[in-house]
Amino acid sequence: MLEDLILTVLMTSVPLVYAATGELIVERSGVLNLGVEGMMLMGAVSAFGIAMVSGSLVLGVIAGGLAGMLTAALFGILVLGFATNQVATGLALTIFGAGLSGLLGAPLIGHAIEGLPVLRIPFLSELPTVGKLVFSHDLMAYGAVILVAAVAYFLKRTRAGLVLRAIGDNHDSAHALGYSVLGVRFMAVLFGGLMAGFGGAYLPLMLTPHWAEGMTAGRGWIALALVVFASWMPWRVLVGALIFGGITIMQLAGQARGWTIPSQFLSMLPYLATIVVLVLISRNREFSLANSPACLGRAFHAGK
Amino acid sequence: MIATPRPSRNQSRSVLLNASGICKHFGDFTANDDVSFSIGEGEIHALLGENGAGKSTFVKMVYGLLQPDSGQIEWRGQPTVIRSPQHARELGIGMVFQHFSLFQALTVAENIALALPPGESLADLADRVRRMSAEYGIGVDPDARVHNLSVGQQQRVEIVRCLLQDPSLLIMDEPTSVLTPQETGQLFDVLRRFSEAGVAILFISHKLEEIRALTERATVLRRGRNVGTVDTAGQSSKQLAEMMVGDSVGDIAGQARPDGQTTALLEVASLVRPAGTAFATPLRQISFAARAGEVLGIAGIAGNGQDELMEALIGEWRGRDADVIRIDGVDITREGPSRRRQLGLGFVPEERNGHAAVPNMTLADNALLTSHSLGRVVTRGLVDADATRAMAAEVAGAFDVRLPQENPMASALSGGNLQKFVVGREISKRPRVFIVSQPTWGVDVGAALSIRTAILDLAASGSAVVMISQDLEEIFTISHRVAVLYDGALSEAMVTADVTPERLGLLMGGSAAAAGLAAEAQA
Repeated sequence: MLEDLILTVLMTSVPLVYAATGELIVERSGVLNLGVEGMMLMGAVSAFGIAMVSGSLVLGVIAGGLAGMLTAALFGILVLGFATNQVATGLALTIFGAGLSGLLGAPLIGHAIEGLPVLRIPFLSELPTVGKLVFSHDLMAYGAVILVAAVAYFLKRTRAGLVLRAIGDNHDSAHALGYSVLGVRFMAVLFGGLMAGFGGAYLPLMLTPHWAEGMTAGRGWIALALVVFASWMPWRVLVGALIFGGITIMQLAGQARGWTIPSQFLSMLPYLATIVVLVLISRNREFSLANSPACLGRAFHAGK
Repeated sequence: MIATPRPSRNQSRSVLLNASGICKHFGDFTANDDVSFSIGEGEIHALLGENGAGKSTFVKMVYGLLQPDSGQIEWRGQPTVIRSPQHARELGIGMVFQHFSLFQALTVAENIALALPPGESLADLADRVRRMSAEYGIGVDPDARVHNLSVGQQQRVEIVRCLLQDPSLLIMDEPTSVLTPQETGQLFDVLRRFSEAGVAILFISHKLEEIRALTERATVLRRGRNVGTVDTAGQSSKQLAEMMVGDSVGDIAGQARPDGQTTALLEVASLVRPAGTAFATPLRQISFAARAGEVLGIAGIAGNGQDELMEALIGEWRGRDADVIRIDGVDITREGPSRRRQLGLGFVPEERNGHAAVPNMTLADNALLTSHSLGRVVTRGLVDADATRAMAAEVAGAFDVRLPQENPMASALSGGNLQKFVVGREISKRPRVFIVSQPTWGVDVGAALSIRTAILDLAASGSAVVMISQDLEEIFTISHRVAVLYDGALSEAMVTADVTPERLGLLMGGSAAAAGLAAEAQA
């Protein structure tokens, strides 16, 4: 029973990890993309459609990622190419993604599909409890952990990661040193879209084997909050995703058992936690200067 | 090391960079008109001129940020087109900007790595920085995060960043504008060592004493044209200033100090302000009085509580205790800015764009912003547009503000002109108490002179002036008494004529021993 509950929490966290890690890279480069929800929905509907038509889950996941990336490209062109307001454009992207995915997904409603093959690690997965909890997940769950590790390594150890952080910290200086601010940001936005697409794809392919309009149900917003909750540090995304995933499951479990706490209260907990973290961060100057991207949300004009 | 006589001037040196007939236009505006300049290997050469004289435009062309419309640059005798900053760095030209281009969130080593070609590990680079730092006595820790460093240290990081690229020419854009006298001295020692090692230094400044102390030759620009190149040793500061401004520079006459104890018009008693945020400096028991007829200078390095003190004095921050700040005997501690103006306070904050003036409003509207509570231009809540325009025009006329058109946007004015306007706007109201922060920050010599004269005239007419300034030259030129703000605490006010710049510098650096010395000197 408890094992099942933990397994469910882990699975709920996976799409959050993808979407939030992608957004973390975007924000570290200094761009705020509020359209995560829209990109996830586009990823979800494309993944489900392609997987259903082709019968291949792998093709479905790839399609989901590409659809997210394509949606992000639209955002990137507007925000970076035409220097539109990032907040307004991001909100528009969410509305756009919700609408378009609903339209494209209308014929898919009512169909079902089976989940990704579970990667069972021989022998280890036979272990009692540990085997079931640690070694018997789907490929994408392991991919999420690898992704976080890779992003952490990229930011901390590689030169490209250093350039990305520098551009998020001070785009004028980075430009003066000859780095392509808009180029790097566009790549970051595309990566963020790819990851949001993967996160979206996980929902209809693994969590619930069917498509429903607006099925992300606010996970894009939770992912956005998660980035702040993690104070822009990759490993904390993983921890935060488990906590936020746990809270989501608690709502469902609580309802099933007739808890007296209103579910609305539980669903606001992630945001409440994010606000608390924001307050804590802003009290610690040293920490906030070192980790929050100073140019977040500011448009860059090469002329000045 | 035995001091070997250095090759005198440029006879035995080969010419490193030679620019001739450089012209650059921006639309109708001619920024550089037939400018010629040359610098030899290991030479320290000053580029001197007022704001807007074309110094920055010229060095930007040398550094590849701009391309000249005509003229030729020779690098080591070869005609060269410097295409970009990267190209300039490849040739061996490095530049330290006036506004630092460091990444605050990154470490010193990471900052430096970003400016170098890839391939070196951060650990190796950190070792190189340590070695260079020790060799030249620079004192830079590669593992420190930049936002924890003082302004002087950050500048040294910029210098190290340039030097690791092994330049033969280092361009420095007004490097001392943010330093204390001691830090300036250290910087000059470092620069002299580089010069001995064969690095040529192109030093942009408008501080004449420094140019005479550091450089061998100076090229003077005025309105984009080359006025001449002179040996600095043979020139007095006044001669250099005249070359720069174009006509003879009036001295500010030694002001007759107000005799004895005139009435205290502004009294501050034990002003305490807790640090509002982690970024702020708390104010610790600040007490002083500004008397009729005097300019009280408040010296100090940025970040020691100037902003907090200014906010408390002008009413943007208000305390709860009674009788902390009084104007003419009236307690204003809990009054807001408008009420303080009505009681005879005038003030000009440091930042002219966005604080003293709204950039995207016309001068008339900007004039209205500080006089709406004074009853002349607003009646029954309605603005008299003609009167505000007349008021703005009057200020512009009286304080020699040069307008590009009638009633322009504040943002259309150059820094010096806008500063003259915001200072004039307040002074024309004849305030009993006038508080000004950094009155001539980033302003050219001519405008600075007229602003300082206006401040002195106001004091002479019987008002009290409090001038918060980081510019020691300014403090010594026009303040009658001076107090030093350090870490939120204000020293005793001393008669300026009795204080040496060295003592003031030590006080600004927070040295307690120096405070004792200074007190001794007063006794």
